[in-house]
Amino acid sequence: MNFSIYDFTSFTQWIDKVLYDNLPAFWAIAVEMTIIGVAILLFYALIGLFLVYAERKVCAFMQNRVGPNRVGPFGFFQTIADLFKLLMKELVYIKNADKLLFNIAPFIVIIASFMAIAAIPFAKGLHAIDFDIGILYVIAVSSLGVVGILLAGWSSNNKYSLIGAMRSGAQIVSYELSVGLSLVTIIILAGTMQFSAIVEGQANGWFIFKGHIPAFIAFIVFLIASTAETNRGPFDLAEAESELTAGFHTEYSGIKFAFFFLAEYMNMFIVASIAATVFLGGWMPFHVGGWEGFNHIMDFIPPFVWYIGKTFFIIWIMMWFKWTFPRLRIDQLLTLEWKYLLPINLVNILIMAFIVLMGWHF
Amino acid sequence: MKEIINLPVKNVEEEEYHINMGPQHPSTHGVLRLVVSLKGEIVKSLKPHCGYIHRGIEKMCEKDTYPQIIHLTDRMDYLSAHINNHAVCMLVEKALEVEVPERVKYIRTIVDELNRIASHQLWWCSFGMDMGGLTCFFYGLRDREKILDIFEESFGSRLLHSYYTPGGLMMDIHPNFQKNVKAFIKYFRKKIKDYDELLTGNIIMQLRTRGIGVLSKEDAISYGITGPSARASGFACDVRKHDPYGVYDKVDFKEILGTTGDTLERYMMRMHEMHESMKIIEQLIDNIPEGDYAAKMKAVIKLPAGEYFQRVEAARGELGVYVVSDGNKSPYRMKFRSPNFSNLSVLDHLSRGCKIADLIAIGASLDYVIPDIDR
Repeated sequence: MNFSIYDFTSFTQWIDKVLYDNLPAFWAIAVEMTIIGVAILLFYALIGLFLVYAERKVCAFMQNRVGPNRVGPFGFFQTIADLFKLLMKELVYIKNADKLLFNIAPFIVIIASFMAIAAIPFAKGLHAIDFDIGILYVIAVSSLGVVGILLAGWSSNNKYSLIGAMRSGAQIVSYELSVGLSLVTIIILAGTMQFSAIVEGQANGWFIFKGHIPAFIAFIVFLIASTAETNRGPFDLAEAESELTAGFHTEYSGIKFAFFFLAEYMNMFIVASIAATVFLGGWMPFHVGGWEGFNHIMDFIPPFVWYIGKTFFIIWIMMWFKWTFPRLRIDQLLTLEWKYLLPINLVNILIMAFIVLMGWHF
Repeated sequence: MKEIINLPVKNVEEEEYHINMGPQHPSTHGVLRLVVSLKGEIVKSLKPHCGYIHRGIEKMCEKDTYPQIIHLTDRMDYLSAHINNHAVCMLVEKALEVEVPERVKYIRTIVDELNRIASHQLWWCSFGMDMGGLTCFFYGLRDREKILDIFEESFGSRLLHSYYTPGGLMMDIHPNFQKNVKAFIKYFRKKIKDYDELLTGNIIMQLRTRGIGVLSKEDAISYGITGPSARASGFACDVRKHDPYGVYDKVDFKEILGTTGDTLERYMMRMHEMHESMKIIEQLIDNIPEGDYAAKMKAVIKLPAGEYFQRVEAARGELGVYVVSDGNKSPYRMKFRSPNFSNLSVLDHLSRGCKIADLIAIGASLDYVIPDIDR
């Protein structure tokens, strides 16, 4: 077995081979699924914790503060300490709340984001499921989360929660369109919905550069729409702290609140990963045609680092506008989507189709 | 209790529902309870319920001596504590016909204006936060800290100073006071540009405030709105200009009047006022005359029997102090006309037909301080 951090294919195939050689097919599959499940779960939890820490530090940086700095070096273990606090907190049960839905809601939200993460290629060969309809799957699964939010708001027996949930429903259903359509723009360019093929297609230039202006517009639209879809500021109307106290998760406490919290950050990570994969080449290094020496140096940086770097760059942009913009109002939010983003998107798709048809892209 | 909970809000249609905004709510800025009648997201009507922080200050005044009353006035609008003190001090001085030294007048004016800036800074913080821009809060507090440091050095406390006494000041200003104030003005002139960049010029903020909660001049007068909120509607009501006290008649400053009377205009009024306050301070800070920091007063202050009234321009509007004295060392009756109470009364009028988010923006632009409403 030759293991390399530049190509995980041989490593994963070796595991597969060892399992199938030593176990019956059913058990081999079961063990594989368990390994992947545990790996993703661990990754999920670690990334979630790190993102919370990162957000605190970024927000502190924006606000002239130091941020967490007491627990561990640079306050690195603060989020872990907070996690333990949330684990040990009492789960408050609300009088007259719909117990079943109230308890199910956080799980739906977290499962939706958990499922979406499975389709994302982290590096060459490091990919849980490689569908040929990968993008469609991610869009479909990530929009399941809104069901959880609606249930949470509905079952809490709290008017603030209900308003937050209804806002969230309107918001996510609307922005789902823009997210989908901006991805369609790139699908036209790439000619495939498979994530691995999309990444391979960017070997000689990222789609954001290849697709001229329409790709860039699609990237901007995706960034705005996906921020709205993940309920983050300036589109955080569902929880709008100054209006609805905490919106749909007002009544949740302890670990159930942590689920919503974690899911919010993971959704941010997922949309940033998709943006990085589809527009910025995923784990593909930055290449400039003709510059052999430069390309070799870029190839030396492992794909996983490229992927994480790009993802965190987009996450940083999203944090940046969360912490500097005021919040929109619900009607302005819907106006932005239906009157601006959607028409721009539709025209953009036409232009992109035309460019691809004429073969004007690189 | 029951009738308080089941509030009769008139013309209740079946689709309407009520939410209790407060007494514990992030954007009521204290323990104010608003019973909001909603239809979907639209505010149909609104009923403020005061009294959650009622401490009976007016009643307490009736057993306290005048120097003691000063300490109570700090606790009304705690963000313009100096200005509240000023009102009571001037009332006592007027009643006893004491002429305070010129130095006192200068220092009081400067400190009042510093206090006004500090108050508007905190208003800006909370306005930004109510609009959802949390970063504003820290920018505003960072600059307010500088003023509080100046206060702490000279007066020994940061929020509730009780620095003015009838006839003068508690103590003279610190030797560094002038230097520090000038340094602050220089610093803040630069930093206030950040405020504009971060919030004023932001498109979302402009969209959310323009044309929202329009208050006409007639309504402003009939509801008794004062301060920047009324001036945004074009109602010239600056006490500093029309009934000058301190040394406001000697300084050059503009009473800026708005035209539209919407939330954005109310916001802009306060931003302009910070500039004007800095102008006033700059004119006075180098010219503080030498002299005593207090006039000679009797050990026990007794106001001659009669009625007295004094008004000042507090950071949120006109603060009136009315005293009925029967010649004793404590007043027979004391009444504060607090700006916030009147300003709150218009909230229902302004927010009808608006969305919940607008209600928060309007509330933030009226800038109410709850302890001043309840007293």
